Amino acid sequence: MLRLDKVSKIYRVGAFGGRALLAVNKVSFEVHKGQVVSLIGESGSGKSTIGKMILRLLNASEGKIFYNGEDIAGFEGEALKNYYRQVQGVFQDPFSSYNPIFKADRIFKVVHEEFFPQVSDAEWGERVEKALSSVGLNPAHVLNKYPHQLSGGQLQRFLIARALLLNISFLVADEIISMLDASTRIDVLNLLADLKAYGLSILFITHDLSLAYYISERAVILYKGNIVEQGAVEKIFNTPLHPYTRMLMESVPRLDRKWEKEITLVERDVENLRRGCPYYHRCPVGEKRCAVDQPPLVEVDEDHWVACVHYESGADLVKPLSLAGQEPHTVV
Amino acid sequence: MKKRSEVLYFTLRNKKLLIGSGIILFFLILALIGPTFTKYKPLEYASPRGAEPPSTHFWMGTTFFGQDVFSQFVNGLRATFVVGLLGGGLGTLVGMLIGFTAGYRGGIVDEILNAFTNIVLVIPTLAVLLIIAAYLQVRSLLMECLFIGLTAWPWVARAIRAQTFSLRTREFVDLAKLSGMKPLRIIRDEIAPNMMSYLVLVFILQFGGAILTAATLDFIGLGPTNTISLGLMMQYAVLWGALPFGMWWWFVPPGLAITAIVGALYSMNVGLDEIFNPKLREI
Amino acid sequence: MAFKVENLTVYYQTLRGDVRALEHASFQLVDGEIMGLAGESGCGKTTLGHSLIVLFPPMKYISGRVEVDGEEIPIWDAEGMNTHRFRKISLIPQYAMNAMNPIRKIGVMIRELLESRGVHYKDILPELKRRLDLVALPHEVLKMYPIELSGGMKQRMVMVISSLLNPSLLIADEITSALDVATQKAVAEMLVEFRDREFVKNLIVITHDISILYQIADSILIMYAGVLAEKAPTRSIIESPRHPYTRLLISALPEVGVRFAEKRLQGIPGNPPLLLNPPTGCRFRERCPLAYERCLEEPPFIEVERDHFVACWKEYENHAQAG
Repeated sequence: MLRLDKVSKIYRVGAFGGRALLAVNKVSFEVHKGQVVSLIGESGSGKSTIGKMILRLLNASEGKIFYNGEDIAGFEGEALKNYYRQVQGVFQDPFSSYNPIFKADRIFKVVHEEFFPQVSDAEWGERVEKALSSVGLNPAHVLNKYPHQLSGGQLQRFLIARALLLNISFLVADEIISMLDASTRIDVLNLLADLKAYGLSILFITHDLSLAYYISERAVILYKGNIVEQGAVEKIFNTPLHPYTRMLMESVPRLDRKWEKEITLVERDVENLRRGCPYYHRCPVGEKRCAVDQPPLVEVDEDHWVACVHYESGADLVKPLSLAGQEPHTVV
Repeated sequence: MKKRSEVLYFTLRNKKLLIGSGIILFFLILALIGPTFTKYKPLEYASPRGAEPPSTHFWMGTTFFGQDVFSQFVNGLRATFVVGLLGGGLGTLVGMLIGFTAGYRGGIVDEILNAFTNIVLVIPTLAVLLIIAAYLQVRSLLMECLFIGLTAWPWVARAIRAQTFSLRTREFVDLAKLSGMKPLRIIRDEIAPNMMSYLVLVFILQFGGAILTAATLDFIGLGPTNTISLGLMMQYAVLWGALPFGMWWWFVPPGLAITAIVGALYSMNVGLDEIFNPKLREI
Repeated sequence: MAFKVENLTVYYQTLRGDVRALEHASFQLVDGEIMGLAGESGCGKTTLGHSLIVLFPPMKYISGRVEVDGEEIPIWDAEGMNTHRFRKISLIPQYAMNAMNPIRKIGVMIRELLESRGVHYKDILPELKRRLDLVALPHEVLKMYPIELSGGMKQRMVMVISSLLNPSLLIADEITSALDVATQKAVAEMLVEFRDREFVKNLIVITHDISILYQIADSILIMYAGVLAEKAPTRSIIESPRHPYTRLLISALPEVGVRFAEKRLQGIPGNPPLLLNPPTGCRFRERCPLAYERCLEEPPFIEVERDHFVACWKEYENHAQAG
């Protein structure tokens, strides 16, 4: 349904835009119909940038994004509006997503005016109420209120209801629950999972591995704009291969086991950050060749891809590289 | 407390706003109805004797040439308010146009408009006006408004551009784009209303600034040649020896009026800022 | 008792009246105890943490007593607290990375801070250098400006500064929320290290992330809508919580490698009450599946098991029956 083909985003920085900042580097992945794919990365990984490019809020510098086979870069005017009937986004900060001087349900009015002008007010009102109920909100309690009178969870559900009114097929959920309380998070997450049952495809952007594991089938791990590992979510979680993924899995605090011994924080001086593996400067098992060539993404197991020199395609993988006992080069 | 009534509550409590608007209201009423009470036209030679102090006949006395100072005063007030409105209004409008466009579009459009703004900002307006004045024999009030409006907009544009920049990155603007809104609609319906309080403040400052600039121009002799204004009154007063001859009724009222009006406007501005910006309020 | 809070009540002054942000909080810490202070937004954990050291308007002290090392400290007296701040009680603020004066070199800033507390910079310098080594910061940072340091380095720097005078109590306010995962782990482990080396006697770690507390805290205090709900050793809170809110909260966390397809987790329906006019009785009663008539009266925060405190009538009855 959605396919990214070697998509990059390059920003020009510095005086007169002399230097280039590679926020996203030749990223390729797919999301099929009815699938939830998690895009996992920390801040600076480029995950939000990818989300914005899919939503055409930013233009890709290189590569193409295909929706149902069509290149979305070519959409303009009516075609773009059509795209938005099928693809929508919900963002991280529920309070920033609303214009504070208007009531919250104005977002429904805008959708009515822009996309369904022929629908009567009465019928639109009914549709709104139905959408609100399907996201677990009581219309009588939440309509006619200003954003600051509603809670974060309610506001996020409002946005999901808005997407449902458009009857979309694809949702980009960019860290939508990270600003919600623990008790409401799970409800919004369950809501997304339920919508999946109706055929909705979701790109779930997050930094939280446990949430990704809970809700998605496939995961894509990003580091500094590059895909370092991707595949079926159980494989990635139970046998993480890339040193970065392993570091993530070991550092994330969990409720079922304590942190193991200290991971070595490594910091190398790299002359040219543009060459070689993007993780080399922090990799505890980095080698000389890692500074020179960027390893390609290879399939080392069914639906499990890694970009690391220590794993080669077709090799007899199964024992993930042991990271213990490796000599760190410099401690940060 | 609802948001609207909260604003009202603070509005009615804010001394700076109340006193400032009170003063403006006073002068405005004077300017509107004052001229109906005058017996003489402002430039008419009303009295054969000149330089008379205030009396029951001439409420503010006469000028060196025997003109009615009161008539000049209230008509000059009118001119002052017109300049404030037109000159300030024009400056605000042009600034808004350029500021919104530069702030929303960004990129090359922003760079060009920014360069243009900076150029106009550094033009020495006085020098340019002197040159224009040298070529034009007759200058009207309208021309003065035009000139002030077209040279005062740069800092408005800059301020609006900065605000628009920061608002543009907010997620509700992204959502508006995802709703298929065209850029013009986004600026008009999403961004500008958010800046409404700011725009009001900007206009008030422009209003006051225009009055002050006009008074300055008038005072040094670059004012309109066919009407009277407060600044012109002061210019004539000084030119024709009001100071050494102690004709205080000729130059003190206009000077005091300008000071009071501009001061009241700035005070209103500070008051409004407190009202709109919750962080500045005292509980 | 190293640290004791008795009946602490602090409100927030607003236009609409007083927000009852914290009501009769009472708890104790033994020497060396690291307590996590957890709860959702609006529960009062930040109010509790801040009232212990920076009780400024719009916060309003109503009643209560705080004792550090057996000595009462006057938290209501902002001036009088000056002698205690930084010495007996210290705070690592949220967004600590932005807490340093950008136009001061770090060494100069530390010197000014110390002089204001009557401590000579030169006397402290050797110890300061030892601590910098401990957190793996080079001594040269003292000559640098904050902007030259990375986010993680700034965080560690602020931790060193806050604990420099060996305070009895160190309060860490959401210090891990803005960090990436690896730095988060390093910083959390550093807090434990400070306690192990006896730089600080007690730590109160304020956070909404209970899984971090599981890793480093000895005990956890759960707050809800301005009152204390439960305090117990970490294991008990996670494995056998007693307060209905804690139970629902823990079970709503998808931490344990659970998948939606296998097990659908439940959230807590409803919203916490507004604290301008909180409901009478137990503040959780409107959302509690176990609520009954007695809940209209506010339950006391009592010890139902060794070191395990709960504020719940159901638990009180169980405890009364049991013993």
